[in-house]
Amino acid sequence: MLGFAQLFASRLVKAAAILIAIVVMNFFLVHAAPGDPAMVMAGEAGAADEKFVAQLREQFGLDRPLYEQLGTYVAKVVQGDLGFSYRQQRPVWDILAERLPATLVLTLTAFLLALAAGVALGTLAAIAVGTWADSAITVIALLAYATPIYWIGLMLSLLFSIQLGWLPAFGYETIGAGYTGLAHVADVAVHLILPVITLALFYMASYARLTRASMLEVRGLDFVKTAKAKGLTQSRIVTRHVLRNAILPVITVAGIQAGQLVGGSILIETVFAWPGIGRLAFEAVLQRDYQVLLGIFLVTSIMVILFNILTDILYGLVDPRIQVSQ
Amino acid sequence: MMKSDFWRAFVRNKGAVLGLVILIAIVVLAAFASVFFPGDPWEMATAPFQPPLSEDALLGSDMLGRDIASGIAHGARVSLLIGLTSTAAALAIGVTLGALAGFHGGKVDDAIMRFTELFQTIPNFVLAVVLVAIFTPSLTTIVLAIAIVSWPPLARLARAEFLSLRTREFVQAAITTGQSSTSIILRQILPNSLSPIIVSASLMVATAILLESSLSFLGLGDPNAMSWGYMIGAARTVIRQAWWMSVFPGLAIVLTVLALNLVGEGLNDALNPKLARSRG
Repeated sequence: MLGFAQLFASRLVKAAAILIAIVVMNFFLVHAAPGDPAMVMAGEAGAADEKFVAQLREQFGLDRPLYEQLGTYVAKVVQGDLGFSYRQQRPVWDILAERLPATLVLTLTAFLLALAAGVALGTLAAIAVGTWADSAITVIALLAYATPIYWIGLMLSLLFSIQLGWLPAFGYETIGAGYTGLAHVADVAVHLILPVITLALFYMASYARLTRASMLEVRGLDFVKTAKAKGLTQSRIVTRHVLRNAILPVITVAGIQAGQLVGGSILIETVFAWPGIGRLAFEAVLQRDYQVLLGIFLVTSIMVILFNILTDILYGLVDPRIQVSQ
Repeated sequence: MMKSDFWRAFVRNKGAVLGLVILIAIVVLAAFASVFFPGDPWEMATAPFQPPLSEDALLGSDMLGRDIASGIAHGARVSLLIGLTSTAAALAIGVTLGALAGFHGGKVDDAIMRFTELFQTIPNFVLAVVLVAIFTPSLTTIVLAIAIVSWPPLARLARAEFLSLRTREFVQAAITTGQSSTSIILRQILPNSLSPIIVSASLMVATAILLESSLSFLGLGDPNAMSWGYMIGAARTVIRQAWWMSVFPGLAIVLTVLALNLVGEGLNDALNPKLARSRG
């Protein structure tokens, strides 16, 4: 396991470097945001005379040189202080922490569903290459590529909630139902179905296409011929030999696309009123609450880095050679 | 490559031809939007909440009595304009960085690829939202934000092309004859790496249109430009009573993006014939 541990450590170092770069970028964006914080605070306090603003500036170090301010900012972020939202009169981190679990549930479920269903569909298409099932999967993938996810969400809720009444159209739980224990979990799960499917659909299509192409490529390689010559069953060849090798590029792409998945949750949560970070981003945009928006930028970036580490682990599990060769 | 060869390969892909036909129709709609639908798409044209196939609103009207069909036609302009300009901007950033990385290699390559990786890690839609919100929504900020979040794949592609072409004889010959780096990059390597870049760019126009529609769906569109995403976002709250307000602009997006993707695949078949055949 030493090899894998080393690889993992090197990934962590890289993740830390990327994180620092993102924090620095965030600092400059905070600076670029309209509205001098001192002016905002003065406005909140109801007194905007020059002296008071200057005093506030000094108090919060806004008159210091930029690099010094950057140092203070980084030190604060490291301690979990992401600034203060004057609109909500609360620390940004508190607001984010409250919303984080809902987003994590949504994105993780969607990510795993997209991966599992995408690989399954792609395998099916590759086995049945040239048949109607293959064409159907290809056409669906093409359509999923071309459709904005928020619109898919609206259309699904139009069909399944408004027309058929099968699933709740929005929210995280039935308000006022007061479920506890398993009943609560089931209630949240029912609310989760539409947002998760909507978010997963695009990536499912993307992974299905990739799996199909990758399997068709691997299928012709020598070791597969050997497996056939050995007299292994078709299903064993597909699952143990072809799929296991074909899935590697899929995992790589899944890692790269993790960022888009997290970004997509802004749209999905807006459509389904899912009370997570994405919905918060929409509210922050409406209120022009830049502190919260930049906090979201930082937190979602960290989420992407964590997703990347997750795919690295998956990669290591699927391909044990990594432990040896790296 | 001969032009006729290109066309023969392109039309062999039926989907690409279909895509091209749809795309031409959308371009015509966009170009003649003010002829087909004179008047401001923001102005009230008829009674609010008119269902489709009404007398004076073929696709219905929205909650302020604006004609949906007119909004779609005028929105086509914005979508195509933003799709094309932001792709051009992303190409400028991505191909420049990729070319420098691939041509120079070594430390330059390392530094540029780290930078690219950083931008690939950042959740690109979140960054686009932050950028547009901070620098106030306008056509320029939207185009720049989309370009800033979309260039990394182009940089990687250009880098890979430059890396492989750099070792080829004609480039070596150019280096020996003492041509400057700029001239080699622009005159020798770039023209030979154009086909994959063109294919990626055509697909990127589609992604850019989706990104723009997502931004304007969230209310981050240019407040003066009618856009498909804005129409869907504004009609979202009344979807129970008036499905047509969100359905038709959405279909317009799907058709446009689908057409662009199909054309992109056709271009791929026509420009990279070897790849297409081996895939088949």
